[in-house]
Amino acid sequence: MLAFIIQRIFQSVVVLLLVGLVAFSMFRFVGDPIDNMLGQERTGADIERLRTQLGLDQPFPVQYAKFLTNAAQGNFGVSYRQGRPVSDILAERAPATLELAAVSGLFAMVLGVALGVFTAIRRDGFTSNAIMTVSLIGVSLPTFLIGILLIYLFSVELGWLPSFGRGETVQVGGWTTGFLTASGLKALILPAITLGLYQMTLIMRLVRSEMLEVLRADYIRFARARGLRDRSVYFRHALKNTLVPVITVTGLQLGAIIAFAIITETVFQWPGVGLLFINAIQFVDIPVMAAYLMLISVMFVGINLIVDLLYFAIDPRLRVDRVEAKA
Amino acid sequence: MTPPILSVRDLVVEIPTRNALLRPVDRVSFDIAAGEILGVVGESGAGKSMTGNAVIGLLDRPAHIASGEIWLKDKRIDGLKGEGLRKVRGKGIGMVFQDPLTSLNPLLPIGEQISETILEHLPVSKSEAEARALAALEEVGIPAAKARMGSYPHEFSGGMRQRVVIALALCAEPDLVIADEPTTALDVSVQAQIIALLKRLCRDRGTAVMLVTHDMGVIAETADRVAVMYAGRLAELGPVRDVLTAASHPYTAGLMGSTPLASKGLARLNQIPGSMPRLGALPTGCAFHPRCPKTQEKCRVDPAPPMQGRAACWYPMTVEEIA
Ligand SMILES: Nc1ncnc2c1ncn2[C@@H]1O[C@H](COP(=O)(O)OP(=O)(O)OP(=O)(O)O)[C@@H](O)[C@H]1O
Ligand SMILES: [Mg+2]
Repeated sequence: MLAFIIQRIFQSVVVLLLVGLVAFSMFRFVGDPIDNMLGQERTGADIERLRTQLGLDQPFPVQYAKFLTNAAQGNFGVSYRQGRPVSDILAERAPATLELAAVSGLFAMVLGVALGVFTAIRRDGFTSNAIMTVSLIGVSLPTFLIGILLIYLFSVELGWLPSFGRGETVQVGGWTTGFLTASGLKALILPAITLGLYQMTLIMRLVRSEMLEVLRADYIRFARARGLRDRSVYFRHALKNTLVPVITVTGLQLGAIIAFAIITETVFQWPGVGLLFINAIQFVDIPVMAAYLMLISVMFVGINLIVDLLYFAIDPRLRVDRVEAKA
Repeated sequence: MTPPILSVRDLVVEIPTRNALLRPVDRVSFDIAAGEILGVVGESGAGKSMTGNAVIGLLDRPAHIASGEIWLKDKRIDGLKGEGLRKVRGKGIGMVFQDPLTSLNPLLPIGEQISETILEHLPVSKSEAEARALAALEEVGIPAAKARMGSYPHEFSGGMRQRVVIALALCAEPDLVIADEPTTALDVSVQAQIIALLKRLCRDRGTAVMLVTHDMGVIAETADRVAVMYAGRLAELGPVRDVLTAASHPYTAGLMGSTPLASKGLARLNQIPGSMPRLGALPTGCAFHPRCPKTQEKCRVDPAPPMQGRAACWYPMTVEEIA
């Protein structure tokens, strides 16, 4: 088990180094940062000074190593566009994205599992069939369209919920949160649904099919034959046995939620890192883009590691140590 | 005579399919008394499992009980639903399935699976349930039972797992145990132990047992009476000794012949020609007639008669034929 975890951590580091290489290559090969930073009236001396200042005059491997050590310390340089440290900008923007992702992830997971279990237990019921049919729409409509439809219905027509922004936020330590004000919470609803809907339907369909599979298993029959209550049969015995595949997909989808936040943040003008990234692309603000890329990949890798560890927590069969098995 | 624990009367199980209405169990009647072991034998597909599942209310749709009655002690249990059915399962009737590898939930420690069953059916505290679970494990012969309470199913061998399954089936002290081929999936070396364990525990408690098996040796050593099924119907039902040594139904006679029982001096190997018909393609008359050495015109036309004596047959074996 320990060997497995060490191996996974090693793999994660390799992945991060590769992503780092890609992010770093952008500095060299996409656009010319000097062009971006200095306006039309520039002198050769200006260019030279900036080159040295940004370290662009050094050989490739040296620059890469420097980039990595800086990145590991959360230092991604200075934004070409805003002229401020990228880490400061990210720290400002991250809470908005993380709060949005957390709420929509929770929405997707809780509702996805609940509806998945429900539609599996009542497999031929009218409500189940209705839910399954509607969920097809959730899977097939693109995110931005869902966002626009929701805005049209709840903001434009009904006027219940705001269509853009985070509402009022409160500063708690270095973190700006929208959780503590009514307008902040209201502003979260539409973007969270938009962002989480696809993942919710995906999780629901997965839980449903896994549940149907498990409900056919002998130990479920045996649990019934022992006279256990439906609640215990469904949740204690069946649901737990569906969790390994469900957690795999859920973990990946949480990563996807953070990545897809770009679209939702654009639709709802949500001031998070996704919107920051879109703006950075327009201005070829390479340090911001690189930092965003690194941030997302760290999250993906981190989630994958957590998923792997959860397997061990859930399934005792995996906990057998290889050493022990050999002995 | 004391009233039977289980009484099945003219049980009919039907499966509606697109082409036909199948009857995997057709007018089957039998009783099992307290402490009695009824062996149920028959070729694959004869309806043995269907009968057992019908008794405990575990038929999978679209199979259902179409008619007949099932009584557990003085309570009619066919047609029970919801809570009523749940209380009969486990508490009234315990079940042992064929494959111990798949009967236990892989993600729950065995001690927990037993105590949850006890808690469900008996009015005891959690710690009392755990104590009883431990006692149940000790009773079925799990070594170092206390240390093994927290073990998961995959940490046990097949034989040990079937012991756990038996402990589970008996832990709420049911009046009847249905064991559907409890040793078929096990290593030959442990089969006898498991059967002996089941027999001992049920004898001690006066539990009635319905033991489904393909093994005539097991029947000979374990059962008090034996029921022989063929194509959904009861062909013969009687005390083990009589049925094994002097079969009344020609099918039973053939079955005995095709089961080498060297140790019992019954090693005749006259296989029954042909195979059991599919439910959708039953012949007219007695379902066994195409394979029966004693077939007459009546057998081809009239369905087999109800039980007469031990057998449901127009022309049961005579004393001369048996000798
Ligand atoms: N869903 C179904 N549709 C049609 N026929 C079915 C269905 N389920 C079971 N059967 C039939 O019901 C009959 C009885 O099956 P059952 O499982 O009771 O046999 P069995 O005597 O237990 O056999 P085995 O020794 O193989 O366990 C079989 O002929 C089987 O083909
Ligand atoms: Mg069977």
